Amino acid sequence: MANTQSMCTSFMEELMLGEHQLGTASLTSRTSLTAPTTDTLKAALYLASATMDASATAYTAVNEVSGTGYVAGGVTVTNATAPNSTNASATAGVAFFTPSASITYTTVTLATAFNAVLLYNSTQSNKAISVHTFGSQTITAGTFTLTMPSNTTAAALIRLATT
Amino acid sequence: MLVITTKGEMDDSLLEKREGNVDNDNETTTWVEYWLDEELVHRSAHVRLKKTVTLTSSVASF
Repeated sequence: MANTQSMCTSFMEELMLGEHQLGTASLTSRTSLTAPTTDTLKAALYLASATMDASATAYTAVNEVSGTGYVAGGVTVTNATAPNSTNASATAGVAFFTPSASITYTTVTLATAFNAVLLYNSTQSNKAISVHTFGSQTITAGTFTLTMPSNTTAAALIRLATT
Repeated sequence: MLVITTKGEMDDSLLEKREGNVDNDNETTTWVEYWLDEELVHRSAHVRLKKTVTLTSSVASF
């Protein structure tokens, strides 16, 4: 047996759960430290002309879609499935998370082309989590549905991995 | 079947239905449109995301 330098896979899962705080952070208080509540995640759509990317730090209404039936800030994301993690080897592992249901914008009219969704934490000051892009769409008196990939080590929507 | 349109609910038998799909490495998307006399009165889309976002981490050696 030998020791192997690696980041612990469970640490990555726990980052997703907010169980580590390695510096002073400005967090909205949890209901209880022993039985903390799950944060509310939301999903906002952005115009194809926007520039949402890794530099996003929080939700913004700038270049967000607008139209009949769409509420600024988007919709609440169902996140009933907690983050998970799996070790692949002594040095590699993956922590992963996928919203547990499709994200649906029902009966909306979004006339200007949009091609991105920002996932963000509305409990924690609307802090940005991730940006996902797709082919440009418009919606007319219809429904826009975003279905998530499988919640697996390889395909989950958000992955933290060591290699 | 009743369809929600820009003119209210309409029976789909009165409308022309157009459908399409896109399948690539990033997504599988289907869309359906209903047209009334060359006017788009309904469009819905369903995007199935395929691509994950991954943060690859490492630890430094002493």
